[in-house]
Amino acid sequence: MAVYKRSYHGYSGPMTAAWSRFTIIPRYVYRDLFHSKIVTAFFVAAFLPPVVFIFLVYLAHSLPHLAQLLGQRGADSPITINSTFFLVFLNFQSVLAFIFTAFVGPGLVSRDLANRALPLYLCRPFSRAEYVLGKMSVLLILLSLITWIPGLILFGVQATLEGGQWLIQNLWLAWALFAGSWIWILILSLMALALSAWVKWRIAAGALLLAVFFVSAGFTDAINKILDVRWGKLFNPMYLLLTIWRELFHVNEGSDISASSAWIMLALICTACLWLLYRKLRAIEVVP
Amino acid sequence: MNSVIELDGLAVDIGGRRILDNLRCTLSASTIGLLGPNGAGKSTLINALLGFLNPAAGTARIFGHDVRTDIREIRKLTGYMPENDAFIAGMSAVSYVHLMAELSGLPSGAALERAHEALFYVGLGEARYRKLGTYSLGMRQLAKLAQAIAHGPKLLILDEPTNGLDPPARQRMIRLIREMRASGEMHLILCSHLLRDVEETCEEVMILKQGRMVHYANLEEERRANRKFIEMETVGANGTFAHDIEKLGCACAMTASNRIKLILSEGVAIRDLYQVAKDRNVQIRRLNYRRDSLEDIFLKAMESDVPPQGATNGRL
Repeated sequence: MAVYKRSYHGYSGPMTAAWSRFTIIPRYVYRDLFHSKIVTAFFVAAFLPPVVFIFLVYLAHSLPHLAQLLGQRGADSPITINSTFFLVFLNFQSVLAFIFTAFVGPGLVSRDLANRALPLYLCRPFSRAEYVLGKMSVLLILLSLITWIPGLILFGVQATLEGGQWLIQNLWLAWALFAGSWIWILILSLMALALSAWVKWRIAAGALLLAVFFVSAGFTDAINKILDVRWGKLFNPMYLLLTIWRELFHVNEGSDISASSAWIMLALICTACLWLLYRKLRAIEVVP
Repeated sequence: MNSVIELDGLAVDIGGRRILDNLRCTLSASTIGLLGPNGAGKSTLINALLGFLNPAAGTARIFGHDVRTDIREIRKLTGYMPENDAFIAGMSAVSYVHLMAELSGLPSGAALERAHEALFYVGLGEARYRKLGTYSLGMRQLAKLAQAIAHGPKLLILDEPTNGLDPPARQRMIRLIREMRASGEMHLILCSHLLRDVEETCEEVMILKQGRMVHYANLEEERRANRKFIEMETVGANGTFAHDIEKLGCACAMTASNRIKLILSEGVAIRDLYQVAKDRNVQIRRLNYRRDSLEDIFLKAMESDVPPQGATNGRL
């Protein structure tokens, strides 16, 4: 019907599949997000380290050949491509992912809560779980583009240069990159959404997210020093992640806590975030 | 006529306190009014119908779908305009309505087309690309209405739609509600404490008080019956005088200290009223025939503490 016919009429056309509706939210969020030049610039900048790392892989492969050309036989490459190399790459990208989350994440839920928009979402055939999934997928997709996708490309470049034998022997590294990235993405996304649902104020939620990761580091060190214990590190999410990453990448640098206790602690953090989201994301707020 | 809403002993608790208690009613008109003073439970009933609150006892059905088991089906069929400001910051009106229509299940192209149509329909066509944050209160109310109708619901729930509107904006909202009713494509539930809004738009009215249904009225039938009521202005009238009039068989309500409204029953003449007045030493200063209004029904209902008995279809 043309817009000039200003009379009410119903809708009897086709409908979309119910399972796909959570994907509507990221589309609208991205449209809004990438209007900002700062966000766009930062997102593009997040692809620079992967380019540098790919160049390092290329160098590591080409330097011995170059040395041979220059007459230096038997020269080794100063760059070693091993699990530590990929772990360093993941560390780099995880920092960028964290900055991106601190900027984007807190506004995802808090703005809806502050503007009382939840009844509008939930009065439709759209559940709370779909709402959380939709909001989370904003971060899941963006952070995937920053972390494990370039990580696997880097791995692919190395495998292409080294050959099939290296690929088969180091396939576990691809898994470590993939799994390590996803753990980080899930923790970041859940914490960003939960904190933003809890404080309902974007700036405060952003500050809280920073505090959880940075202040907790100092706090846990203080616990360890004062009580002369080592389990204080269990309250440092960043340290938990590092412990798990070291295990995944088979890097034995020693840790104050065991990998299993880090896994349990991260599971507890995820559960707490989900519980917070369950409590806070309701169409109407019930004050007992 | 198929029922729109069936309340079957519905009770809702919030924070351990019973807010709605044993609501039983069947409503089937194209426009249904929910009336009651503040805190009567109107918005709670709407929240229960939309599945935001779980029933503590009983249940409710919308177009035969149970709120306990078929809430997704119910939400497919309904549009909701909340009472409070509810919007998504930083969005233009057309993006806002487009998003809401898509979430209701419309494909993106159809949703965008319907968003434009809905905004033109409510009168925001020229302002549809403006950010919602820059809208006046009246415009935001209209934008909320647009998002509620964009997906073509079968039942539109309006919670205090004229809240905060100036008279022209209120008139516009009332006109839109009447037009949607006249289209015959949807049923409407209008929740309000403004009697005039409900009287101008609704055919059926359910009056709530302290979480209980105290009255049901089919305004259409009442209008058709055009019953004549008597309004008296008296000096010295009190509860005893009203009680004596009720003894004659007349339904009677005191609306102000000296004003009494009553329905003359069969076999009761005006002179009987004068006789009672004389016996009770009450002066009747003025006596008019007056058509019953929703205000009368409401005031009468507010005086009642007893919920309607034996109301299989909500009627008293």
